[in-house]
Amino acid sequence: MRLVRWLVLVAGLSFAALPLLWMGLSSLKSREDAIRPHLNFVPALGAPADPHSFEFEATGTAYAHLSEVHAGAQASFWSHLWSSVVIGVLSTLASVALGTACALGFSRLEIRAAKDWLFFVLSTRFMPPLAVVVPVLLMYRTLDLQGTHLGLALLYTVFNLSLATWLMKGFLDEIPRAYEEAALVDGYTRAQALWRVVLPEARTGIAVTAVFCLISAWNEYGFAMTLNSSGAVTVPAYFAGLQGNIEGMPWPQIAAGALLFVAPIVVFTWLARAHLLRGITFGTVKQ
Amino acid sequence: MSFLSLERVEKRYPDGTHAVRGIDLSIERGEFVVLLGPSGCGKTTTLRMIAGLERHSAGTIHIDGRDVSGLAPSQRDIGFVFQFYALYPHLSVRENVAFPLMCAAVAKADRERRVREVAASVGIEALLERKPRELSGGDQQRVSLARAMVREPAAWLMDEPLGTLDAGQRAGMVEFLRARQREAGVTTVYVTHDQEEALRLADRVVVMDQGRIEQCGPPARVYAEPATLFVARFVGSPGMNLVAGDCAGGRFMVAGARIADDVRAPDGPLVLGLRPEHVRVDPRGVLRGRCRLDAFHGACRYAWVDTPGTRIALRVSAAAPALAAAEVALGFDAAHACWFDPASGRRVA
Ligand SMILES: Nc1ncnc2c1ncn2[C@@H]1O[C@H](COP(=O)(O)OP(=O)(O)O)[C@@H](O)[C@H]1O
Ligand SMILES: [Mg+2]
Repeated sequence: MRLVRWLVLVAGLSFAALPLLWMGLSSLKSREDAIRPHLNFVPALGAPADPHSFEFEATGTAYAHLSEVHAGAQASFWSHLWSSVVIGVLSTLASVALGTACALGFSRLEIRAAKDWLFFVLSTRFMPPLAVVVPVLLMYRTLDLQGTHLGLALLYTVFNLSLATWLMKGFLDEIPRAYEEAALVDGYTRAQALWRVVLPEARTGIAVTAVFCLISAWNEYGFAMTLNSSGAVTVPAYFAGLQGNIEGMPWPQIAAGALLFVAPIVVFTWLARAHLLRGITFGTVKQ
Repeated sequence: MSFLSLERVEKRYPDGTHAVRGIDLSIERGEFVVLLGPSGCGKTTTLRMIAGLERHSAGTIHIDGRDVSGLAPSQRDIGFVFQFYALYPHLSVRENVAFPLMCAAVAKADRERRVREVAASVGIEALLERKPRELSGGDQQRVSLARAMVREPAAWLMDEPLGTLDAGQRAGMVEFLRARQREAGVTTVYVTHDQEEALRLADRVVVMDQGRIEQCGPPARVYAEPATLFVARFVGSPGMNLVAGDCAGGRFMVAGARIADDVRAPDGPLVLGLRPEHVRVDPRGVLRGRCRLDAFHGACRYAWVDTPGTRIALRVSAAAPALAAAEVALGFDAAHACWFDPASGRRVA
């Protein structure tokens, strides 16, 4: 039984980790090694004696070249990563804050036709977002939001708000009202009760919601590509923009950049892991 | 005007439930009043309206001469113990207990001293650094009590605070609550469905049923002279024996047998109420039947006898001969008999 479990785990893990591992290896190659037609995946310190062996010469140049501006782009990888960070963080903060506020209303106040409103909130996700890319493009052109951090951050906030509202409503509903009521009779105002009791209790929910919002904003590609093809270009759009340029794809740099691009999400998810584990099984937040 | 008064207070929930149907209640300063009634009779709703956690639909509520209708809970100066312990999971026991003091601008040293004192008085000193989820139900309830008692507000409102304790712990806490309330002199409204607890704690018991007050009075009176059939059945364990019959010219007849004379009640259907301790085995007794069960109760025994029409419980001394399965005749103390009108359910004599 144990053995089977281990085998399944190992198989699953290799399936998930192999692409990452390959990316890691590619990021250590020179461009020639990266596009060589024969298989080479064993990093070596020096140039391999036999050019047809599995070995290749490991080098850090791809990482060093990340600060270069490649043909087909307007800025270095680092400046695009910065754009991704700004847009991701801004939109995550906004979605979580607005979604929490919205969910608090639905969860704690008596709102007429609350169910219909919630359905409406959810219905904003029914249509594939890219269906509205042209109207949004025209709107952004008029408002001068094309190519700005603010533009994409706003857009991602709007996309994620419904998710954030629904997630947070689920979490807030799990927090017994008695907590707030206890604070109310103890002399706290409604706002203080929310701030000092409900929000600390909702930490798990907030962390889970933030992870979801950040991941979706971080990896968004379609709108980033159309709205911000110049200016504040995020990393996914930047990589795509490198395609088909005269010098050919700088594969090692792309591998290095992709690894670095995945890292913040991994770190963030790792930090929030305790909350995630509790939060993923909704309804177990209650004691 | 009394310290806390409710006049014609009603509560109708948005879903239409008429939970409280007109309550008049005056509570004096320092009094310990217990709202007693079966589950669903509106006790919690009443308490929450006093606290301001629920808005009353009609009537007025005064605390200390102030109409509190428009006041938020935080402005009413009360301590509340919730039925299901509402401790903050993210705070330690110490922080939980200190929480009500945090917004009252109490100096830190003073705060710590009061937390220590109240922790000692409910016996949770050793638990101060723990998180609520690490405590047993009983200990959580103690912490809840400590949190309500760390301040001495105008009133303490307690909603079945001992509900989750086992019998042993409960007895100790009842003593403690009574003593602590006396000492602090804080007006207390306490909710329970346990009539024994109510009788032991209260200066005055308010028996409720279906959103109305059935009777309000000192425990001894509620026990000895229940105002309605409901109170007669609900208070006491076992409750009052109720024998249905008819009254004609001062004679009380059950199934053709004369049970009592000189009854001061109008002619017509009538119900005789008798506490088990006022019924005795008496060879000349008028109520006859076979004993169904003879149960040991420590200091005494209770026996149940099937008489025509009703089963009657009586208390016998622990040393008395066993009654089980015997044919017995029962007599009673006419002086302690209560008489009810079955139509209205009210006591008539
Ligand atoms: N928030 C609510 N909405 C609708 N009905 C309620 C609500 N709270 C309680 N009730 C109903 O009101 C009645 C009285 O409830 P409650 O005051 O909790 O009784 P008790 O505390 O005596 O058990 C019950 O029938 C209950 O179902
Ligand atoms: Mg209740």
